[in-house]
Amino acid sequence: MTIKRVPLTGDQAAAEAMRQIEPDVLAAYPITPQTEIVMTFSQFVADGRVKTEMIPVESEHSAMSACVGAASAGARTMTATSANGLALMWEIVYIAASTRLPIVMPVVNRALSGPINIHCDHSDTMGARDSGWLQVYCENAQEVYESIISAVRIAEHPEILLPIMVCQDGFITSHAVEGLEIFDDQKVKAFIGEYKPRFSLLDTDNPVTVGPLDLQDYYFEHKRQQSEAMEKALSIIPSVLGKFNKAFNRNYGLVESYKLDDAEVAVVVMSSTAGTAKAAVDNLRAKGLKVGLLRPRFFRPFPKKVIVQALSNLKAVSALDRSESFSTQGGPLFVELKSALYESDRQPLLNNHIFGLGGRDIDVGEIEDVFKDLIKVAKNNKVERLVNYLGVR
Amino acid sequence: MSKKGWKDIPIGGLIAKGGTARDYKTGDWSTSKPVRDESKCIHCLLCWVYCPDSSVLVKDGKMIGFDYEYCKGCGICVSVCPRKCIKMEKK
Repeated sequence: MTIKRVPLTGDQAAAEAMRQIEPDVLAAYPITPQTEIVMTFSQFVADGRVKTEMIPVESEHSAMSACVGAASAGARTMTATSANGLALMWEIVYIAASTRLPIVMPVVNRALSGPINIHCDHSDTMGARDSGWLQVYCENAQEVYESIISAVRIAEHPEILLPIMVCQDGFITSHAVEGLEIFDDQKVKAFIGEYKPRFSLLDTDNPVTVGPLDLQDYYFEHKRQQSEAMEKALSIIPSVLGKFNKAFNRNYGLVESYKLDDAEVAVVVMSSTAGTAKAAVDNLRAKGLKVGLLRPRFFRPFPKKVIVQALSNLKAVSALDRSESFSTQGGPLFVELKSALYESDRQPLLNNHIFGLGGRDIDVGEIEDVFKDLIKVAKNNKVERLVNYLGVR
Repeated sequence: MSKKGWKDIPIGGLIAKGGTARDYKTGDWSTSKPVRDESKCIHCLLCWVYCPDSSVLVKDGKMIGFDYEYCKGCGICVSVCPRKCIKMEKK
């Protein structure tokens, strides 16, 4: 079988997945570096290649509001955003999750202002980590394309029913061209299947109320249900990915391990920087150093068990965070990782490197230095500095 | 009435049927209630027109009383009554 490869950016890859999914409704507002997703998709709409009802709105707050309305009407609904756009839709982001509407939203990670910056870091979606959305972080455009397709079935799974952010690194992934393998349209449509919403505001024979006031008497119960859905997602996502892997000959899981089996030290890093870190692993492996990498794909839910298991034989681990939480205890990935390992009786030494804020480049040599430092940490059995800033002057 | 737990209610705050406002007895919000002097009432039904909670009960064109299960005690009926035959009493 010959594989058809087409040159696409990460944004175009997202738009291509959306073309094949052909959601009932898409409401969006442009924002760098996401703009190209909706721009490309709107061309598909204008050219009659999709039947999607596209709603150009006046802000991201309106975009997510329109999505909540459309999803409540029973429509398969999508939008896309970045950074300040995500911040502007914040109020409705929480409402989408708590109303249990399986909206799929590609997010192109960009630094939140201020000072104003349009380049990559994860401060936007990391800020939204407690909003109740599922979050998957992609290493490259191929993964963006495929994760958006699988995200539809994950979000719409009757035992999950949560919206999902499919994240890619701004400019690094979103604007770089890759040779993409594109699946057959019919195969994608067959995989995602027909959306059967659990209710519709348009169904006048079965009237429902969506989003009623929910005070001291039941709000807590609805939050408890959201926690349960997240917990269930941890076991259901691998089974949905299993079906995806079988249909498209892939190997996706909650996390990806790279040369970790016999490794003594490792870094944990998400998104495109994992690609850079893999080059560092290869370089050091060539010198005989036992180094490896763990890339969490899902951050919500946090795959605690597989992560703890993957790291349990290591001597020292560094979490690489592309955002700062100002907790003074390290970035969000590090904090979650450390928290998960507290439950384990086999705890590697841990430190944190915050890197790449506002799109600051990170190169292979810098990650090699992190590994070399980890080897020292393992040898001395001592973490010199818990939180480090990689690449800051 | 014991309230349902998180496993027993629809997810997402959904109310899965219509007409449920009737089940919400708002009468206990009030601290005072309207009382009518029947002898002065001319059954003009202005109270029925103005009541925001449909809590003025009417039968055969005559005002017959208040539905205290839903009356929130706002006192609009008192203020619109041309005969001044309704007054608020502490509950």
